[in-house]
Amino acid sequence: MSASFNSIPAHAMTLDKENSEDGIFGKALMATMRKQRLQDFLFHKITFIFALSVLFVLLGIIASLMIGAWPALKEFGLPFITSVEWDPVNDQYGAAIAIVGTLVTSFLALLIAFPVSFGIALFLTEICPAWLKRPLGTAVELLAGVPSIIYGMWGLFVFAPLFSDYIQPALAGTLGHVPVIGQLFKGPMMGIGILAAGIILAVMIIPFIASVMRDVFEIVPPVLKESAYALGCTKWEVVRKVVLPYTRIGVVGGVMLGLGRALGETMAITFVIGNAHKLSWSLFAAGNSIASTLANEFAEAESVLHVSSLFALGLILFVITFIVLSAAKLMLMGMSRKEGAK
Amino acid sequence: MRLNQLVKTAVIAAGAAVAFSSAVAADITGAGATFPYPIYSKWAESYKAATGNGLNYQSIGSGGGIKQIKAKTVDFGASDMPLKAADLETEGLIQFPAIMGGVVPIVNLDGVTPGQLKMTPDVLANIYLGKILKWNDAQITALNPGAKLPDADITVVHRSDGSGTTFLWTDFLSKTNADFKATVGAGTAVKWPAGVGGKGNEGVAANVQRIKGSIGYVEYAYAKKNKMSHTQVKNRDGQFVQPDDETFKAAAAGADWAKTPGMEVVLTNQPGKASWPITGASFILMHKSQASAERAKEVLKFFEWSYKNGGAMATELDYVAMPAPVVKLVQDAWKANLKDASGKAIW
Repeated sequence: MSASFNSIPAHAMTLDKENSEDGIFGKALMATMRKQRLQDFLFHKITFIFALSVLFVLLGIIASLMIGAWPALKEFGLPFITSVEWDPVNDQYGAAIAIVGTLVTSFLALLIAFPVSFGIALFLTEICPAWLKRPLGTAVELLAGVPSIIYGMWGLFVFAPLFSDYIQPALAGTLGHVPVIGQLFKGPMMGIGILAAGIILAVMIIPFIASVMRDVFEIVPPVLKESAYALGCTKWEVVRKVVLPYTRIGVVGGVMLGLGRALGETMAITFVIGNAHKLSWSLFAAGNSIASTLANEFAEAESVLHVSSLFALGLILFVITFIVLSAAKLMLMGMSRKEGAK
Repeated sequence: MRLNQLVKTAVIAAGAAVAFSSAVAADITGAGATFPYPIYSKWAESYKAATGNGLNYQSIGSGGGIKQIKAKTVDFGASDMPLKAADLETEGLIQFPAIMGGVVPIVNLDGVTPGQLKMTPDVLANIYLGKILKWNDAQITALNPGAKLPDADITVVHRSDGSGTTFLWTDFLSKTNADFKATVGAGTAVKWPAGVGGKGNEGVAANVQRIKGSIGYVEYAYAKKNKMSHTQVKNRDGQFVQPDDETFKAAAAGADWAKTPGMEVVLTNQPGKASWPITGASFILMHKSQASAERAKEVLKFFEWSYKNGGAMATELDYVAMPAPVVKLVQDAWKANLKDASGKAIW
């Protein structure tokens, strides 16, 4: 009761007291209050149901993945994760190749996308002349809206030929001769494969990471930056010592958003990864990711174990994404705790 | 006045919706193989023009078609890989062939014209097993003394998705090469020892067109449409043949449809001097016992019409129509097996 009184504006309370003798205004006020309380109640419940539905959908997805994956998990057990076998004819399945493909392509994508996005965001917030800011910023956001199949087609028909004719020979000619690392840049140059997939993924996630970074860089209070400049700091020093520490959490969030997208990306990867169930040290070789395996094989999988193994792959992707997101959350929590100790 | 108008439009719209939905309800539905999709939709279009009855066919893949017909969500399923007679029995299904086509090897080599290269099943198998790695390998040059074959790596291209095309290709290689049968085997999706995968015929075609020194396999129509260099292949009778309507027909002529239980005939490696060794039929699956005799009859009417009138359309799209004796067998099978709820023959 008292809670609902609190929500009534103060001037209404005074009015109520002033007009309490005739009571007409008081009655009207009570009616309005009752109506508002009912509205509040309904509003609360409806939003609660909406929020709860997210949880139900999530649990439903986990449950159906588990049920679907159960026959394969029962048949192959834990070695499913480490087995490199994927043989539909003999009904033998293992997830190692797809897991490695997913992790390696996403890691490559992040390796390329992080510095580039960082540069884009810095340029847009710190260096860019005002007249260029809007068109450039809009371009980055538009890039984020391009459907992934467009990237896939562009990757296969435009990027891959150029990649195999110019970039791969250049990489093999330089990095290919370095001991140890050289192993990564050997083999036939087809233009498609793990490295090509990683680069296409990088192009896809750059707009996401860059636009989040730009947004968080923009919230740094100008007073802080101006003070640093007044002390004679260079642009890089301001970024390094003021902007980055202030926005660390946002930057990590942006990177994780990009990584999450890279892990689950399907169509573009299917076009350029080469779709071969093979492990190779060479980044030029064709491989497979979890998402591309699902896209390729789900429609035609017939045997129970085949379908179930694909479900198990889906479950593994779910778990990987979950681990990445929780790691990010833990990292952020650790950071904010340190902030408090300072 | 305005309200009146509103009511009128609403009534008209509702009426139109009812009319539309009843028209849709009369359409027969099918789902499955992607390989025959162009010809089925062409037939459906002409059939609709001729009779007013429509067909809604979803090309979701053979595996999907088999699942859908088992779940009875469609009137018929379609598969490029025939079901085993025993499976048909347990599921209560019949199958019959509707259309045929061929799979051809395609290569991307400078200075090689379409149809120039000669290949034997063993050489193809060894390439796909990753045992022949160079184009100037002695096994290939021995078959093609005239061709200029470079000292270049062979890039093998295969399908990455499960497909009837892969089934025909691997079935052919398994029948002709014991090593391939033991290490890879036949199926709609297999464990490829070598190469890169492309999704769909278009994916394989795109990869072969792009990668110098590559070899792949696609449906004949794709190779022809994209003007790709196909090869000759040596057939069971030891002849090198070119893929075309005639050699596909020759492969079908030799098959013994009548004596094969469940019409489970795979037309690869068939005898006959002129027969193309990688030919296949695409099959239709229906339940033996039909809840709605009306709808089943509509499906049969469609295929009867297509067998009779669809030959020219098939040739136009580089398919091969079923020969008349096989059609007769199919229709006999309809009579014998398809029953309505009370056990009366539908056809």
